Amino acid sequence: MKIIRFIGIAVLAFLSLSLSAEAEKVLNFKSDIDQIRYHDLISELRCPKCQNQNLADSNAQIAIDLRTHVYDMVNDGTSDTEILAYMVARYGEFVLYSPRKSGVNFILWYGPFIILGVGLLGFILVIRSNAKRRNKRAKD
Amino acid sequence: MSDVKSKKMKKIALFLPFLVFALLAGVFFSQLGKDTQYMPSALIGKQLPEFSLVNLETNKVMNKEDLGEEGFLINFWGTWCPACSFEHDYLMELASQGVNIVGIDYKDETQEAIKWLKEKGDPYSVVLLDELGNFGVDMGVTGAPETFVVNGQGEITYRHQGIVNEEVWQTMKGYLK
Repeated sequence: MKIIRFIGIAVLAFLSLSLSAEAEKVLNFKSDIDQIRYHDLISELRCPKCQNQNLADSNAQIAIDLRTHVYDMVNDGTSDTEILAYMVARYGEFVLYSPRKSGVNFILWYGPFIILGVGLLGFILVIRSNAKRRNKRAKD
Repeated sequence: MSDVKSKKMKKIALFLPFLVFALLAGVFFSQLGKDTQYMPSALIGKQLPEFSLVNLETNKVMNKEDLGEEGFLINFWGTWCPACSFEHDYLMELASQGVNIVGIDYKDETQEAIKWLKEKGDPYSVVLLDELGNFGVDMGVTGAPETFVVNGQGEITYRHQGIVNEEVWQTMKGYLK
């Protein structure tokens, strides 16, 4: 049983290796970090044409072009923030899958927590006033 | 007296969830039927980005400064784009009315573009070549056809994705000044 499992894992590992090698044959990076940055960036950026896919998944012509731009910038040593700013300047905040947390977005990100806090406060107040009333009744 | 008041308050509180629901329903309803492909341009209100592109006719490099000081349209097109061929007739009509249209031959083969303009007519005051689509990315283009309005101050004031027709032109016109 153990041997079969070992062989299974080995085969899977080999398959995943060859698959990833297939996908990245064309792109050469200066370092592993650059490669990770590239993949993070294209999965974080939204394709402006096919709006429910990121740049990594999309085969739209514009997504292919933008991937090339990201690749070039990563290789030129441009920082992540600069690359994201470059994209936002051209395609708007729309291209960010994790939008910035300022402005109107503040409500979207933190609004639920604020409402939760208000609810909790109300809950505590009600409990307290109930306890007070009960105390009063007990005294009477 | 205060008892009556607190009872009233409680009744209102009971309706709170319903009010919240009604508010949310209103917000969602107002979003129904909107064009999901519509994406606002990030360049509205900004200056036209710098560029240096080759002129199809003269083979010379042109810059932003060469495009003149009056308002004009920038139209991204390509011979590979079927919708551009539908749009072409209307662009010809606009050109005959004296509208200055700058054509960007977007990710296209130059020879094909020359042939297209010879066969269908040339509505453009100037055609610039953007073979790699880099200017397209600078303009935040997602495909072709796409048309921008640049006003007299060199500011981008309007962007339309898709075919320009009479109806679209009526809105566009106002942004040229």
